Amino acid sequence: MSQAPDHAPTMQRLNLVQRITPFVPALLVPLIALLGLLFIPSGSSWLTLTVSGLAMGMMIFIMAAGLTLIFGLMDVINFGHGAFISVGAFVGVTVLLLVPGMTAAPSVGLNLVAVGLAVIAAMLATGVMGVVFERVIVRPVYGAHLKQILITVGGLIVIEQLIHVFWGPDEIFLTRPETLKGAITFAGAALEKYRLLAVGVGLVVFLAMRHVLRHTKLGLIVRAGVENGEMVQALGYDIKRVFVLVFVAGSALAGLGGVMWALYQEVITAHMGGQMLILVFIVIIIGGLGSVEGCFIGALMVGLLQNYTAFLVPKLALVSNIGLMMLILMWRPQGMIPVVKAK
Amino acid sequence: MLMKLISGDTPRSPILSVILAAILLSLAFAPFLFPGTRPLDTAAHICIFIILVASYDLMLGYGGIVSFAHTMFFGIGAYGVALSLEHMGRSFGAVAFGTVAGMILAAALAFVIAMFSLRVRAIFFAMITLAVASAVAVLVSQFSTLTGGEDGMTLKIPRELTPAFKFHDEKILGVRMNGKLLNYYMVFFSTLILFLVMLRMVNSPFGSVLKAIRENAFRAEAVGYRVVVYRTAVTVISAMIAALAGAIYALWLRYVGPATTLSFDIMLDILLMVVIGGMGTMYGAVIGATVFVLAQTYLQDLMGTASDATSALPLIPDLLNPDRWLLWLGVLFILSIYFFPTGVVGRLRGAK
Repeated sequence: MSQAPDHAPTMQRLNLVQRITPFVPALLVPLIALLGLLFIPSGSSWLTLTVSGLAMGMMIFIMAAGLTLIFGLMDVINFGHGAFISVGAFVGVTVLLLVPGMTAAPSVGLNLVAVGLAVIAAMLATGVMGVVFERVIVRPVYGAHLKQILITVGGLIVIEQLIHVFWGPDEIFLTRPETLKGAITFAGAALEKYRLLAVGVGLVVFLAMRHVLRHTKLGLIVRAGVENGEMVQALGYDIKRVFVLVFVAGSALAGLGGVMWALYQEVITAHMGGQMLILVFIVIIIGGLGSVEGCFIGALMVGLLQNYTAFLVPKLALVSNIGLMMLILMWRPQGMIPVVKAK
Repeated sequence: MLMKLISGDTPRSPILSVILAAILLSLAFAPFLFPGTRPLDTAAHICIFIILVASYDLMLGYGGIVSFAHTMFFGIGAYGVALSLEHMGRSFGAVAFGTVAGMILAAALAFVIAMFSLRVRAIFFAMITLAVASAVAVLVSQFSTLTGGEDGMTLKIPRELTPAFKFHDEKILGVRMNGKLLNYYMVFFSTLILFLVMLRMVNSPFGSVLKAIRENAFRAEAVGYRVVVYRTAVTVISAMIAALAGAIYALWLRYVGPATTLSFDIMLDILLMVVIGGMGTMYGAVIGATVFVLAQTYLQDLMGTASDATSALPLIPDLLNPDRWLLWLGVLFILSIYFFPTGVVGRLRGAK
């Protein structure tokens, strides 16, 4: 009987490449910003563009976060998500137009209360819509992708047309509340106040979502559900109820995104949600379906790239984002941070 | 002979056979049966949408893939002919060149999109085609020096296809024997031939494999068929036929523009036609396109009348406004997917 070999474990540090790999997606955002710095001649316009790119990215993230979780949890792809963005914007703007005294006053407090009211109304409206939409449109076609896509597209059209019926066929122009107008000058670059606020709100939403997903029981169930729904059900949790909750939360977030986008563009149309949906899809494909972090990184990349190309070659803004998506899919076919196992 | 022409795929329902025969005869003799410009225009529209919808159904009903870029391929074909006629002069050579170039471009684009999305997940395809199609629509309206932008382009088609060309001096059965008639019959026979070709395709072994993939992709792969290859192939074929339909459409209208070829509204029309007619049957495309184009042409007038008649009531005139046509389409679309998933053809076949 021979002796057992010596047990001599080797402790080897991971090499640099292995240690960096998990952070590569996050590093792509500064990389795009740096590339922008190379091509854009003046530093101050680069700074302006970067801030507006980040602001746009944050808003896209807010719109997209719910959609990616909805897909991850129940394998449901909701083309009707764009309608929530539009409805949120219209409800929010209606509220803002109802309180002209508060938005025109040169007081930060009153202005923020007005925006807050608009946001709450929009999120309530889209949240309730989410409950109805989930029940009427999505639930009867669980598990059938083809029907899901078709029927949610139908829902998108009907809601867009209903917006026309209730708010009229024309676009509605609005102005931002008094203290959110204008820009501050920093290092020679004009930074619009509203964009800075949007970046702030986006960061808060991201951190809050991350906190809920990582440090609460509900978040644990959601994350587990994204990875393996059957197992979560086998452990005794009613994943359908969790899903309804996520669906409603995602719809409400889309409403928030809609209000923010309305204040950013200062004009709203019934089709704005459908148009944003294209960028939202690009973002969730880039990020990896079901991944909130991937969605966040993807949204920032898309926002930055969109603004840089809109400055350099205005005609190619959307094309550049499709190019980015193609590159990412060549590199990681499941998206940057794949969470959902291929079903 | 007839069985061979329709590849042994009979309508399998007496009512359906009668309806199809009636549609075929009406379209074949449309210039003689329904005199006037508008009915002839409607008939040509029906023909072109039959090709477009049938080619879309190859993908949706047989391949189980949802695409939102079918109008993009349609538009590529239309703009291909328009650009070649603009730059190569008014000849059939230019028409042929533009058509072939459009088809090749459509095939290449379809291949690239399919490779990027179908390889990973079939539903990526729906999202990516939506993005690419809207990017192309934006590009077309922005590069206005080349494409005419939102205004589109008016085509100078070969003289033999215009009303100015007369090949017989006397009227036959009250119809002028001019280029317009030739143009219509070019549209009609192209539709007939392409339809029979597609019918042959879905009844071939290739079509059977597609149906197997639609039913259960995993099992089809396990049996030994390369799912990605088949899905890519059907996407490319469908895109080429759509481009061809676009070229014919451009010749018929003598105009191309984003609203008539590239808009998302047309994409919705196609979806609705497929669903109404019945997914996964070529005959569904015929029924869907005919019903839909007729409804679109004549129902919108009716909606206008209804809206005026109810103008005293609140909200209802807004709902019945002809501009809200899409609202009712959307509702109809959702209801037909719920209650009518096999479409008219499926119903008729089931009822025998």
